[in-house]
Amino acid sequence: MSPIVKLLAQRIALSLLLLLLISAVIFAGTIVLPGDVAQSILGQSATPEALANLRAELGVNDPPVERYFSWLFGAIQGDLGTALTSGQDIAEALSNRFWNTLFLAFWAAVVAVPLAIFLGLLAVRYKDRWPDKLISAVTLASISIPEFLIGYVLMYFIAVKLRWFPSVAMINDSMSLLDKLSAIALPVAVLTLVVLAHMMRMTRAAILNVMQSAYIETAELKGLNAFQVIFRHAFPNAIAPIVNVVMLNLAYLVVGVVVIEVVFVYPGMGQYLVDHVSKRDVPVVQACGLIFAAVYIGLNMIADIVAILSNPRLRHPK
Amino acid sequence: MSDTLLKVRDLKIGATVYPPGEKPRDIEIVHGVSFDLAPGKVLGLIGESGAGKSTIGLASMAYGRGGVKITGGEVWVNGRDILKSKLGDIRRLRGGEVTYVSQSAAASFNPAKKIMDQVVEAAVEQKKFSRKEAEARARALFAKLGLPDPDNIGDRYPHQVSGGQLQRCMTALALCPEPDLVVFDEPTTALDVTTQIDVLMAIKEAIRDTGVAALYITHDLAVVAQVSDDIMVLKMGNTVEYGPVDQIINNPQEEYTQALVSVRSIEHEEKSPTEEPVLSVRNITARYKGTQFDVLHNVNVDLYPGQTLAVVGESGSGKSTLARVITGLLPPREGEIEFAGRVLSPDLKGRTREDLRELQMIYQMADVAMNPRQTVGTIIGRPLEFYFGLRGAEKRKRIIELLDEIELGEKFIDRYPAELSGGQKQRVCIARALAAKPKMIICDEVTSALDPLVADGILQLLLELQKIEDVAYLFITHDLATVRAISDNIAVMYQGKVQRYGGKSQVLSPPFDDYTDLLLNSVPEMRLGWLEEVIANRKMESAGN
Amino acid sequence: MKNIPISALVGLFFTALYFLGAIFAPLLAPYGVGEIVGDVWEPSSADYLLGTDNIGRDLLSRMIYGGRTTIFIASAATVLSFTLGSVLGFFAAVMGGWVDQMLSRFVDLAMSIPTLIFALVVLSVAPVTIPMLIIVMGLLDSTRVYRLARAVAVDIEVMDFVEAARLRGEKTAWIIFREILPNALSPLIAEMGLRFIFAVLFVSTLSFLGLGVQPPEADWGGIVKENKEGIVYGIPAALIPAFAIATLAISVNLVADWVLNRTTSLKGGRG
Repeated sequence: MSPIVKLLAQRIALSLLLLLLISAVIFAGTIVLPGDVAQSILGQSATPEALANLRAELGVNDPPVERYFSWLFGAIQGDLGTALTSGQDIAEALSNRFWNTLFLAFWAAVVAVPLAIFLGLLAVRYKDRWPDKLISAVTLASISIPEFLIGYVLMYFIAVKLRWFPSVAMINDSMSLLDKLSAIALPVAVLTLVVLAHMMRMTRAAILNVMQSAYIETAELKGLNAFQVIFRHAFPNAIAPIVNVVMLNLAYLVVGVVVIEVVFVYPGMGQYLVDHVSKRDVPVVQACGLIFAAVYIGLNMIADIVAILSNPRLRHPK
Repeated sequence: MSDTLLKVRDLKIGATVYPPGEKPRDIEIVHGVSFDLAPGKVLGLIGESGAGKSTIGLASMAYGRGGVKITGGEVWVNGRDILKSKLGDIRRLRGGEVTYVSQSAAASFNPAKKIMDQVVEAAVEQKKFSRKEAEARARALFAKLGLPDPDNIGDRYPHQVSGGQLQRCMTALALCPEPDLVVFDEPTTALDVTTQIDVLMAIKEAIRDTGVAALYITHDLAVVAQVSDDIMVLKMGNTVEYGPVDQIINNPQEEYTQALVSVRSIEHEEKSPTEEPVLSVRNITARYKGTQFDVLHNVNVDLYPGQTLAVVGESGSGKSTLARVITGLLPPREGEIEFAGRVLSPDLKGRTREDLRELQMIYQMADVAMNPRQTVGTIIGRPLEFYFGLRGAEKRKRIIELLDEIELGEKFIDRYPAELSGGQKQRVCIARALAAKPKMIICDEVTSALDPLVADGILQLLLELQKIEDVAYLFITHDLATVRAISDNIAVMYQGKVQRYGGKSQVLSPPFDDYTDLLLNSVPEMRLGWLEEVIANRKMESAGN
Repeated sequence: MKNIPISALVGLFFTALYFLGAIFAPLLAPYGVGEIVGDVWEPSSADYLLGTDNIGRDLLSRMIYGGRTTIFIASAATVLSFTLGSVLGFFAAVMGGWVDQMLSRFVDLAMSIPTLIFALVVLSVAPVTIPMLIIVMGLLDSTRVYRLARAVAVDIEVMDFVEAARLRGEKTAWIIFREILPNALSPLIAEMGLRFIFAVLFVSTLSFLGLGVQPPEADWGGIVKENKEGIVYGIPAALIPAFAIATLAISVNLVADWVLNRTTSLKGGRG
């Protein structure tokens, strides 16, 4: 087996192992911690019989390991159990919301990624001049501002004062794509702002790192123009770090989505998760947690795979 | 064509420096340098670090590295002042008329592209040759430079060939566009001495055969003497001396040049072994944790009290590993270390404080061998406190004595390492080792990061101190000149084995084994015609085979 | 003092202001934290400088008390994450071997779940009290401190001066406290500022989601939540705590930046 295939197989196996461990952590996290699920659903005034019945129904009396495996095998087959509070099938309730969340994250990425890379290149081009300094200042501000603040500021000025876009982002299947896009314009803008600064800054650092290499000097001393230097010599080496930056930020986006969905009352998975955390609906929280973790781990895995694939030392072994 | 290819007049170069905590400011690093270079001739630019030699070399391509800017003067190439040229014209000059070979080919080749693509790029881009012609030229150059499999080596990626081969590929890259001038910037400095000579020979023959002119930049006068027609000696951005190579080497006028020429000519009389060695390394075999092969194979050497054993070898020879085994950082797989009449525990943890005190170490990189947060006084004072329990005034008195011994003096006691020069740092490290009153000091490449004159000072100091303190040195080095200067006994190491071992005069006199012969023959000598002799000898030998 | 850049002075000033406000909250607040003093969402006036909130409590008083809660929780969580993370990180770096492997792999695992998601999972079963918030935030964040502390310590650990100390026969404690720590201090202190900001943002986010500080206690994130309905009617009450969070975070950031620069330049040794 060529070393590159071996490395890729290792990386993918590692991700699966990680996911398995994470599922165990999420499951364990919800049973070893203090607090009684049945009690918190029924409230302090519940009778002992009612509590005992609910516990039996929830299966909390079974040994934890057994429960974990039945939950895990269910999850692998797409059966995420039923919600305690509504009795709904979780997989069914989630499927629509999952696509809504992806829809939102996808458009945020479509706007943010090219913009961030372009601005990152701009910062490199004008290093230590005002565009670069402006980008630094914006970065500092943006890591200091909570996502929901950006959300409400935009909502207050753009939706309430200017009335350009709706302040809540309701979408449903009967809407046309354009209507949907108009509905999610504000949350997309907020998510873009949330990841943009980070992504710009990291892109800038990644490209600067490549541009400072001795082989860039060699290319300049061959009399190539700036365009040729960047595209022939810097770009092939900058792909991996930039993809890495993008993936890390998309992973960050996945988390940002949770808060933004609550701000804009968007019918996505994040809002569903937050709702059910306050209702202490453990099966729903476990299911959502597992899906979010899987997406996060998957994005990180893609970043590593691209890095492996673009490394000439691995592609062309001695 | 005019009779001067490159004419430099009153060249001044500035740079912006960023001292920590202060505002950036502009300084001048080259203060008005002038020289001429005729077609097909080679000018050597020589100087220690900070002399401005690389900066001058790059200025001949109108290029400033980092924050470096050319602030005044003229640079004429083929009759044009390139400092007044437009950017487009400068681009045609770079890679077409003037090309560049850097110190580290490994970093200067783009890791993501094949060697051939990079070698022909400038020639094709500057429309000097078609892609096909350029590739044919490249293959011819690969063959001329003695690269293996010249027809196919261009299809490899940079990481697939060795360092010495890559340095020759870089020379091919520079020669491929048929330039008028090549700037060689320390092209052999990063190589082992036996590899250096191959590259040096290849460069010398390529220059001769193609009739290209060259600026050859190096800190090693012996190297530059082999390839140059003229030499310019630089110091702190000023010309010290400029003349034909014969005059500079055989009849230097300036004191600084004389010092450079006579560097490493320390006279040291070999001492004969006494009865009992202070250190006996017996049958040591060692490997690093988690690896499958031995880095040291059955090593046996002795070091006598008050004497110096030089362990010499190239990178990968196992000489630094030997130091780690002796200090206990790497317990050996087999064998034992006897020190001062007792067998030392193989592991550092099992050694007594007395063992540790009597066996001290000095490192190659003095700046990372000292805690940047401690003053010189703390650094030297700690062993006094730790081993002898000295405190207060008594300790301070002893620190000052040590500072005097290393010729620095009391005023250095409150300084931080960052405020010292490279040589001063190494002196403080010597004082720290001496503070423990050791029987033996391991010196691991202690002069190889230093400029030649500074290194000489350190070696002389070490010899002085050996007489006063009667301390033994285990001197690890790759530099044979250093070995000649200070050793009593020599162990030549190659691939983890002691290849040759004995008294200095014995080891350095024939008959030699093949490796020692190669090693000794590869060290550039400070005389004209040395490289020609070596080339002629090797040609004869290969013809004989 | 003259060497402190203006940005750091501004940062120091506002950071100090917020911390003093938190400490002396009962003296500064004009009204009680839960006291209903006026109408719903009154605009700002001489009586109520920032107006009133969604049930007629004085917003300024709630902001001051809320700041106290937010800053207290964030500080406590930072101290916890910092102590735990840096001690374990240094320990792993100096010990190496299986101790390092175990701790590092465990931290890798914990870090492969987004912090917010992890916190939500835990808070869905654990009782949501202030000590619990501090523990959850402190533990989750200590993974990041661990990574940094270990990385910094490993970098220093391979330096020859540490090897020299080992060869001299120094004990582990000397190596950690005299050789490594003084050189690791600058990145760690700067990191402490960043961790504090993160904790402020995190507790505010949790409270905003209704999963952090529970009423009747006030904190900045909670105040945003209580007043968010007003936004739709053009009432900016919810933006005030958000603004406070942002200014506090930026101020601390400016100070952290300066500390990092100052200490790295000290490393240069001049002074």
